[in-house]
Amino acid sequence: MKTIKDIYENIGLPRLIIGVFFIFLVVVSIVLGFSPAALFSDVVRRWLMYGTLVLAMVPGIQSGIGLNFGVSLGISAGLLGSVFAMEISFLRNWNEVLGAGAPWLTLLLALLFGIIMAAILGTLYGLLLNRVKGSEMTVSTYVGFSVIAFMNIVWLSLAFKNGELSWPLQGQGLRNTASLSGSFGGLLSNPDVVQSTQPAWLQWLAFKIGDFTLPLGLILVFALLCFSVWLFFRSKLGIAMSGAGENQLFTTSSGIDVDRKRIQGTAISTVLGAIGIILYAQTYGFLQLYNAPLMMGFASVASILIGGASVRRAKISHVLIGTLLFQGILVTALPVVNEVIEIGTLPEVLRIIISNGIILYALSKTKGGNQ
Amino acid sequence: MDDQYLLSMKNISKEYFGNRVLKGVNLNVKPGEIHALVGENGAGKSTLMNILFGMPVIYSTGGFEGEIQINGESISIDSPHTAMNCGIGMVHQEFMLIPEFNVTENIKLGREIGEPTALSKIFGNLLEKMNWTQMSKEARKALDSIGMMNIDEYAKVAGMPIGYKQFIEIAREIDKTGIKLLVFDEPTAVLTEGEADRLLEIMRLIAEKGIAIIFITHRLTEVMAVADSMTILRDGEFVVRKDVKDITLAKIAELMIGRQIDKLVDDSLLASRNLSDDKIALEFKDYHVDMPGERVKGMNIKIREGEIFGFGGLAGQGKIGIANGIIGLFETQGDVFAFGKRLDLSKLGEALRNDIAFVSEDRRGVGLLLGESVERNITFTAMQIKDQFLRRIGPMKILDKAKADQHTREMIKLFDIRCTGPSQTAGSLSGGNQQKVCLARAITMDPKILIVSEPTRGIDIGAKKLVLEYLTKINREQGTTIVMISSELVELRSLCDRIAIVSEGKVFSVMKPDDSDAAFGLAMAGVREEEAV
Repeated sequence: MKTIKDIYENIGLPRLIIGVFFIFLVVVSIVLGFSPAALFSDVVRRWLMYGTLVLAMVPGIQSGIGLNFGVSLGISAGLLGSVFAMEISFLRNWNEVLGAGAPWLTLLLALLFGIIMAAILGTLYGLLLNRVKGSEMTVSTYVGFSVIAFMNIVWLSLAFKNGELSWPLQGQGLRNTASLSGSFGGLLSNPDVVQSTQPAWLQWLAFKIGDFTLPLGLILVFALLCFSVWLFFRSKLGIAMSGAGENQLFTTSSGIDVDRKRIQGTAISTVLGAIGIILYAQTYGFLQLYNAPLMMGFASVASILIGGASVRRAKISHVLIGTLLFQGILVTALPVVNEVIEIGTLPEVLRIIISNGIILYALSKTKGGNQ
Repeated sequence: MDDQYLLSMKNISKEYFGNRVLKGVNLNVKPGEIHALVGENGAGKSTLMNILFGMPVIYSTGGFEGEIQINGESISIDSPHTAMNCGIGMVHQEFMLIPEFNVTENIKLGREIGEPTALSKIFGNLLEKMNWTQMSKEARKALDSIGMMNIDEYAKVAGMPIGYKQFIEIAREIDKTGIKLLVFDEPTAVLTEGEADRLLEIMRLIAEKGIAIIFITHRLTEVMAVADSMTILRDGEFVVRKDVKDITLAKIAELMIGRQIDKLVDDSLLASRNLSDDKIALEFKDYHVDMPGERVKGMNIKIREGEIFGFGGLAGQGKIGIANGIIGLFETQGDVFAFGKRLDLSKLGEALRNDIAFVSEDRRGVGLLLGESVERNITFTAMQIKDQFLRRIGPMKILDKAKADQHTREMIKLFDIRCTGPSQTAGSLSGGNQQKVCLARAITMDPKILIVSEPTRGIDIGAKKLVLEYLTKINREQGTTIVMISSELVELRSLCDRIAIVSEGKVFSVMKPDDSDAAFGLAMAGVREEEAV
């Protein structure tokens, strides 16, 4: 009896409800005749796709700026990095010159550009957040919105030569959605892409077991990122940062510059956002520009909250559990709804209701789990 | 037999997550009596009161065993609301007053008297008009009944002295109809001496009206002064119920901690120290600290190596600011020298890097990471300043868990920190144990100068003795210079070699511990002896 209670206390009511709902959806979709293997492939894919963006919340929360709604800043940096890398790849004609290596180099270059830009932007963003102590979350929400609006102008005014990126028949402006199929799309996660473009010794990156797709490359990258963040918060700097997030006076009296730690935390969060969107785009196969990333910050925030984090403390386990539940429900709910209601655009409407409903629920249950 | 008691709690037991915090405790209170509930921190007083008030925390953790009777009738109190209906009231330690409301509004909050209006007849009594005359009359009566004639019932609460706020709280409880029992939880902790005396008088006044009072306090002299009877708890067990006239102060203290205490610190650690004016550990020259409420305004003093030096004085005179300036929490001016080296206090951590460690007076606000483990709390500063408990892996310095764990276990043993282990969160420890964690963190820095600010505030006698003994021990054995800032003169005098009395941000006089009580009293009040004659 006591152990059951302990387990319950550990899980927390919100995660229990959402977890049960998730299992319920899985059962229903299997009953409705969906292939479990395909379903789980999808869940795993989306889990990894959004994982890093959710991971980006951890340094923000730990360093005391709270839920980083402004992760779209990092997302924008990552997108910018990607389009620049793709343009360079096009101008240098890497696909011809490098063959199978081209997408790798483009991916690395995108990451490099994205990380550098995110580090700079994140630092500035951190400086801003230090000036608005106490209302970081409100400010970061608006920073997130503003940066998307600003980037809309940037996307419109970039004059790129790469036909995959720019609007056809026009000298200026980038597409709404740019396909990554000729570039690094699916490189780490799509078995078809891996099979057709990569040499035999790299076939382990993504392969099928029956109907089930195992994106091993992406799993490894995500695991590495999680491990790095975990390790970071066991390092001297990471521990100082956690201290700054937990109690500013305590940390100051231990001779640590709290504002500096907050800036570093914000910068790391932004950098992870940039890496996150690049991994997202490579899994999805498309770069989504303009307003697409507008609500990604909210989805990330909701995921980590469902995972059991509070606005002051977050752990890697919260990232893993939260993303799995949030994305799992979205993936399984849609086909079920489609099957049950077959009227025009209603499923799309329901998708929005479900995803925002989860966000609302998560925000209202910010405590949850083990304190 | 039972009828003589207004309240009797019988054989109360309570368990929190397998940890038995109350073991068959009895509490009996007669009408119109002041009954003191005493015990060390963690003895179970708060839990007992939570049970009496039917606090949700009790029911969410599985309820309790035992019986509560009021006037001989067995009742079940399952919510604070029921408790209120039974005539049980509480005077809170933190004031539950709305600063922007006036005294009447605060006293009558939630029990306003209304007059029917046209709207209220249609939409219900929430739209009734307030009957201000009646309300202020009743508020006045409540204030008068506790002898607070000089509080204006129309004055705003914001900006009132703390003592007044406490009295308004009491007036609010008195104003409730049918109040039979009032609980005072550490009411004098935040009051000045004069206010505390006044409060004790008021408690007597209330008791005379036939209202029973449960008085929870750490100050045993107050118990002796005001209470009729007392119940002593120790480690969740009922020790004894006695009338105050049948017991002595020493006996209470003995029963509370279950062993004889004679002196705070024993003298077996005899001084083999060589204090000399040539060897100065810490020197202040025209030292200013801009700490609101505790400003230091031009302090000059030299503290010798190996000395235990005390700073005393009334609250608000600046003694608290001294340490907070050195540690970098507030802006400073002037010069501070540690072992002859000038400290650049504009640089964070300057003091720590020069072997000065600090235990803050604000345990929960400054001294601890409440949400983090005991281990993280103890090792944090040493890790950040001295790179201890770290392992180099390439360019990174990663936590050496094994070392940190081992050190924490040593500290837990050394200071007898009562916790489930190094991983328990600091916030869930009792006050005394939290203080030990703070001290352990400072000791981990292996300091040459240790500054402790109010080291015994709000902790029980057992922990107090341990802390003070330890300070003496490292002073005698390792030659650590101790700077102790405290409001408790007795404590300073039992430990220190010299005591500086701080008044208006300056050192008023430097005294010896064996100077007369009168001399200390005058210095505290900022009066020169020659003026007093």
